[in-house]
Amino acid sequence: MSATVPTTTHAASIAASTILEVENLEVVFGSGPHRTRALKGISLSLAEGSSLGIVGESGSGKSTLAKVLVGINPITSGRVVVGGQELVVGRQQLALDRSLIQMIPQDPYSSLSPRRTAGQAIAEAIEPRRAHVAGHRAQILEWLDRVELPAASIDKFPYEFSGGQRQRIAIARALCVRPRVVIADEITSALDVSVQAEVLELLAQLRVELNLSMLFISHNLAVVRHVSDRVAVLNHGEIVEDGDVEQVFTNPAAEYTRSLLDSVPGAPGFDIGT
Amino acid sequence: MTVLTAPAAPAAPAAAGTRRRLHPILLSGIILMSLLILVAIIAPIFLSDAAEKLTSDTRLGPSAQHPLGTDEFGRDLLARALVATRLTLILTAFASAMSVLIGVAIGTAVWIAPVRVRKFVLSINAVAVAFPSLVLALVIAAILGAGAWTAAVAIGLAGIPAFVRLTANMAAPVMGRDYVTTARLLRVPKALVVVRHVIPNIGEPLLVLSASNFAVTLVELSGLSFIGLGTQSPDFDFGKLLNDGLASIYAQPTQILGPSIMLVLTGLAAMLIGDGLAASSNPRTRRGAGKATRTGTLRRSTLKTATPIAPAMEGAAVSVRNLTIQSASGLKLVTDLSFDVAGGEIVGLVGESGSGKSLTAMALAGLVPEGVIATADRLDVVGHDMLGTVTAGSLARDIALVYQDPISTFNPALRLDTQLTEIARSHLGLSKKAARTALAERFEQLRITNPERRGRQHPHELSGGMLQRAMIASSLLAKAKLLVADEPTTALDVTVQAEVLKQFVQASRDLNASVLFISHDLGVVEALCDRVLVMYRGQIVEELTREQLRSRTVEHPYTKTLLKAAEYVEGVR
Repeated sequence: MSATVPTTTHAASIAASTILEVENLEVVFGSGPHRTRALKGISLSLAEGSSLGIVGESGSGKSTLAKVLVGINPITSGRVVVGGQELVVGRQQLALDRSLIQMIPQDPYSSLSPRRTAGQAIAEAIEPRRAHVAGHRAQILEWLDRVELPAASIDKFPYEFSGGQRQRIAIARALCVRPRVVIADEITSALDVSVQAEVLELLAQLRVELNLSMLFISHNLAVVRHVSDRVAVLNHGEIVEDGDVEQVFTNPAAEYTRSLLDSVPGAPGFDIGT
Repeated sequence: MTVLTAPAAPAAPAAAGTRRRLHPILLSGIILMSLLILVAIIAPIFLSDAAEKLTSDTRLGPSAQHPLGTDEFGRDLLARALVATRLTLILTAFASAMSVLIGVAIGTAVWIAPVRVRKFVLSINAVAVAFPSLVLALVIAAILGAGAWTAAVAIGLAGIPAFVRLTANMAAPVMGRDYVTTARLLRVPKALVVVRHVIPNIGEPLLVLSASNFAVTLVELSGLSFIGLGTQSPDFDFGKLLNDGLASIYAQPTQILGPSIMLVLTGLAAMLIGDGLAASSNPRTRRGAGKATRTGTLRRSTLKTATPIAPAMEGAAVSVRNLTIQSASGLKLVTDLSFDVAGGEIVGLVGESGSGKSLTAMALAGLVPEGVIATADRLDVVGHDMLGTVTAGSLARDIALVYQDPISTFNPALRLDTQLTEIARSHLGLSKKAARTALAERFEQLRITNPERRGRQHPHELSGGMLQRAMIASSLLAKAKLLVADEPTTALDVTVQAEVLKQFVQASRDLNASVLFISHDLGVVEALCDRVLVMYRGQIVEELTREQLRSRTVEHPYTKTLLKAAEYVEGVR
């Protein structure tokens, strides 16, 4: 854990164009008395080559946002543009080109099929129809190396890996598509703290190496800091604060952001009466 | 406190490279079925003459030449039973394969189809399942006319709905898995997702059920033949032979003996294969087979050590000496653990997954999981010698447990107060009403909103943080002397975590109870605990006071790594 992590804004991203634009996004589930507004008209944008952290607790709508962006959940109203393509309102769709946006799922134990090797999982991302390992061996090995897994992992099944290693495979699988935007949805929350740090360092490193445009979703504000330039704090479907990551950390404007920061064990404002 | 530094062997999972041996039940099933198939191939070649040619030796009793005697046309009964094996097996295999293949095809296809189509097909299927399959087969056979193959088709068709339902239901949870969602995001066509991800992951139970289905199909097909709707003369299967023998069952009981025995053997072979497959797919029965050691036990170490057992700390609530926990195969999961917890002290047990911290905590509460054996020289917990006999009532009163996942801690069917006041009612003798009121008071003490109403709610109506607080409230109610908490805040949001940690401190103060707090997060432990034990590969590698931890005066490299990680992940300063 000695690699230095760049926390300053990428030089490249300052002049870069917007790759993801969300305007007044509304997502409503159910109808009548069961109607819940998961997202209440949020707006955000992501510059190419930069990383935006989305922080919120359970029920804040952060996972809904991820699902809407990749096309699993439909939009109720508003505008979402990814790499120049707009998502159609009211339809559940996987209409966008797969290389536009990809997601790294949260649970390392559910994100890999127990019956398929790491090589097969990555091969499926490279070539969805045939998913042959043999034809893409060199490329798969290159990706395994990128996520710091030994070459022998290619023929191993998920049960032979730890949670952190599984998450590395999931990262390789999402990134080998070379998506223009990648969404990381709580990818460290199921891991031990020491493993979290390793996975975060890897992601911070890959971000620079591959010039990723990333949406990093987490319930922990402190985690976001290492892999994001900007951060948006989500509470009950609304963005309560949005700004440069260092600024939000050192000088939070919203009361809710401050309470989030104070809840992190070891923070100056953390008080449990010991 | 002795700090052990000798590195333990890495806790590698049991060698995966060793070839799985066939389960004995499966093996016997396969042998029996192979013999029957052999009979089905050979018997018609050598015995058709004896089985089918009409002779004048009618109605002979058993003899050396005709072991089961002959029928009214002078045909050898044993030969007939053996020759019938071929047709019976072919028809059964055909009907059974038809049910399984078409059933699985429809059951998986509904997951490719749009939601409305799926719902429609499955509700139609639900009606078909409710209809008894043999009656359905009778109707189909009646429409198609009597005959061996029409009977097989009828039984095959009648078996489809059950497999459609099974497959669709088993596929449902797999369809919700992240790897299926990811495959869709990678634009793998839906049909391919089903073939590549769904079918392999439900394959094992499907195989088991198919084998059992073979046995059921055999009985149903024989039944149709027996009542005259199946195989017709001059062909014969087991059912037809039974039908032939029925007329003279009192005059010549040996006539039904042959087909009956063959029917039982065939059914037995299929069932053995089914059960054998099921047993070998269950890792517990697979590995545990042949092990005589009783697991899940806690006992005094038999090994006499040269050094005397170190005395307990003054006023210790918990005193553990040389606790060793090993798996049934002899792998040491926890090695020679010794520590004390003072009354009212909050002690943290920190380590990564697999370090043995949860096992240690469970052993302390007398809950050694199946598959492991725990031994110790001393295990005194709040006045109880856990190595001797302890009554369940006093344990339930004195030790409270808070688990990691609040949702699975509670029984979803029961109201909260029923579950949380159980100890107070059965071990403290409180009436139902008094216990309920007392619980509401504790809820209020922990600043749970709507304390009166909460008890009447079901677990799913509360958030994870509320449930964890409710667990703490229950320990307050029983006036526990020790709270064992196994990663109680890992599943919670940070703000909720802070709130729950606060309740732990308060509960510990109010009760003057000791707390053993297990966590992988040094940051949480640092904020909460008076003392911290760092576990690594089943051993305590370092013991730290809060002051030592705060000032970062740690020695062991592993603790340093943990600290760095916690600072990295939680550093907000």
